Amino acid sequence: MSNATESSAARQGLRHEERPATARRRHRWALSDRALSWLFIGPTISLLLLINIFPLFWTIYLSFTNYRANIPIRPIRWVGLRNYTRIFESNEIWHYLQITAHFVVWSVLLETILGFALALLLNRKFRGHGLLSTLLVLPMLLSPALVGLFWKYIFDPQVGVFNYIVNYLLNAGSFSMLSNPHLAPWAVVAVDVWMWTPFIMLLCLAGLQSVPDALYEAAEIDRASRWQKFWAVTFPHVLPLLSIAVLFRAMESFKVFGLVMQLTGGGPGGATELMSVAVKRAAFVTWKTGWGAALAIVMFVIVFGASAVFVRYLNRVSQR
Amino acid sequence: MRRIITGTTCLLLTLMCLGSASAQEKSITVGWAAWDPANALMELSKDFTKKTGIQVHGEFIPWPQFQQKVFTVLNSHGDTFDVLIGDSQWIGSGAEYGHYVELSQFFKNNGIDLKKDFAAGPVHYYAQWPKGSDHYWGLPTEGDAVGWTYRKDWFAKPELKKAFKQKYGYELAPPKTWKQLKDIGEFFQGRTIDGKKVYGMAIYTKRPGDGISQGVLSAMWSWGVSMHAPDDPYDLQGYFNSDEAVDALKFYKSLYDCCVPPGSGDNYMEADLDAYTSGQVAMAMNFFAFFPGISRNPNVGDVTGYFVTPGHDGHHGTQLGGQGMSVVSYSNKKKWAKEYVKWFSQPEVQKKWWELGGYSTRKSVLNDPGFDDSEPYAKAFKESMKIVKDFWETPNYGELLDTAQRHFNQYIVGGQGTAKEALDAIVRDWHDSFEALGKYDN
Repeated sequence: MSNATESSAARQGLRHEERPATARRRHRWALSDRALSWLFIGPTISLLLLINIFPLFWTIYLSFTNYRANIPIRPIRWVGLRNYTRIFESNEIWHYLQITAHFVVWSVLLETILGFALALLLNRKFRGHGLLSTLLVLPMLLSPALVGLFWKYIFDPQVGVFNYIVNYLLNAGSFSMLSNPHLAPWAVVAVDVWMWTPFIMLLCLAGLQSVPDALYEAAEIDRASRWQKFWAVTFPHVLPLLSIAVLFRAMESFKVFGLVMQLTGGGPGGATELMSVAVKRAAFVTWKTGWGAALAIVMFVIVFGASAVFVRYLNRVSQR
Repeated sequence: MRRIITGTTCLLLTLMCLGSASAQEKSITVGWAAWDPANALMELSKDFTKKTGIQVHGEFIPWPQFQQKVFTVLNSHGDTFDVLIGDSQWIGSGAEYGHYVELSQFFKNNGIDLKKDFAAGPVHYYAQWPKGSDHYWGLPTEGDAVGWTYRKDWFAKPELKKAFKQKYGYELAPPKTWKQLKDIGEFFQGRTIDGKKVYGMAIYTKRPGDGISQGVLSAMWSWGVSMHAPDDPYDLQGYFNSDEAVDALKFYKSLYDCCVPPGSGDNYMEADLDAYTSGQVAMAMNFFAFFPGISRNPNVGDVTGYFVTPGHDGHHGTQLGGQGMSVVSYSNKKKWAKEYVKWFSQPEVQKKWWELGGYSTRKSVLNDPGFDDSEPYAKAFKESMKIVKDFWETPNYGELLDTAQRHFNQYIVGGQGTAKEALDAIVRDWHDSFEALGKYDN
């Protein structure tokens, strides 16, 4: 606004002192573009610094100390890399990592396959298409803790519908998904797949709908088979979005907490004790805050490192 | 006229503001877990308000978040609670880290003699720190222990009594030993009663929190197990991993393997309560705090009997539950909070506390001639209070508990390793934890 007034005065050949008083007054109060942009992004940056960046650096600092949040009167002592060496020397970390890897790999893999398949299905128009789409998306709108809670009832061996169906179909007798250390990790994977497959489906659907019809018409003219059309036209177009979906899901799966805590609480016998559950226990049950912070940093580095590699791969895919 | 109306309105508003300000000032907040006894306490506290004019507000936190939320407040020196009814294991950290106000002198000045007036176990576990000293940080409030409920009607069925005697050679009755408990559990497991399949018992198995430890420890105390040497609290080797401890742990696992309903690997108070009140099990382990609710339950209230945790080989013990009442040192209303503690300790208040469903441990209540018959679970409660033992109450109890929870759950529910391996691992981790606190520096 002020720039416009100035240029209009300049066009009229007026010197600064001769410009209208209102224009000068506006100039005095006006903000430059840079100031205005800082004004807009300032609050967001402040919030980010306050609730994301500062806690991250504070956690990094704490991971090198013997701090325990339940002993506020004890002076914080710098212990160097001791927390990290103890983490890597203990067998527990490998146990947590193994369980987390099982969960992440299987849940993301199944979500990707099912999500893509559902997207292919919903990419066609049929009767009840809208209703089915809405119903399929519903699970991801629910709170993970709530999902964990009601699946706990579904898996209940006494009153749960899951056991009823399995017994009806297979006559498997009395068994419990959540109390069996071999079945419980698969129960957690199954619930996560139920909840988050729609997310992958939505992104894949967006990718499918962005494929120009002209490409299919050209493929038709070239007498391409259905598989060739899928492999040469559909898949390359969906791949960037699918990759983003997989990246998001992998990152989220690594951090999953509420769902597991409600469903199994890390049990039975530690069979579903993911890294996130271990970090919570270290920080808020045993109050070994320094050790818990180190565990959180290890988890952060793994997620960050894996994401960085994946993003580079994603860039390469999108440049093709 | 307008002036009069305006002036009167202003005056009334001012009085209302002053009134609400003074009401706000004269109040205290009591922190506790969100459960039936807390509601009973609020009912009881109306008498305190009537007597002193001090309002009592409750800040009641659901059990799963209770410990974490309370310690988040205390560690940040928050004044959310003026009076805290905290778990017995918190007494060490409450005293050593300055969260609780020491009440020894206050008790003396006000004629409250804990040793004389209250049962010995509750005083030891809910009030005293360090153990054996004359320093008191709390008042026994909700006496509690692990006890058992059983289906009197099923135990009384002639055909079942006959079948049981034929099989085991003794009468079907509330068990006196853990071996009998298992026999009864096995007897009922999978049996059809009144057209419904039922199971032997519900026991604690939960990994998060302190569930499975409360159950295992109840067995261990009855096997005569100790956590440490009698004269050195940090000498652990050979005590918690003794042969008796291994036997007790193995036995508890055998109960899980033989006699619980399917899917009982994550059971604690609520789950055991549900299993029992829905008629799934013949017997259920639970804290006495739930028994008033069970006795009023329309499904099972009339057909429920209660018994003390069984003994083993001449030993008898059960795990302590319950809480003591402490004044929070970060409170701005310590004077009123102490007033509340003093009021709560009075014999007539303690009597009413018991009548309302709270578990008083004041001797005047427990030794009243009518006490044993006052409620169907009263006698079992009184017996239990004589044999209770608690887990560690040291400031690092959270770490010690989590270790025990992990290894117990892995062995019992997860079926990993042996009882000896689990207990050796617990003792090793406990030793490391105390070592980190410098307990072996000399």
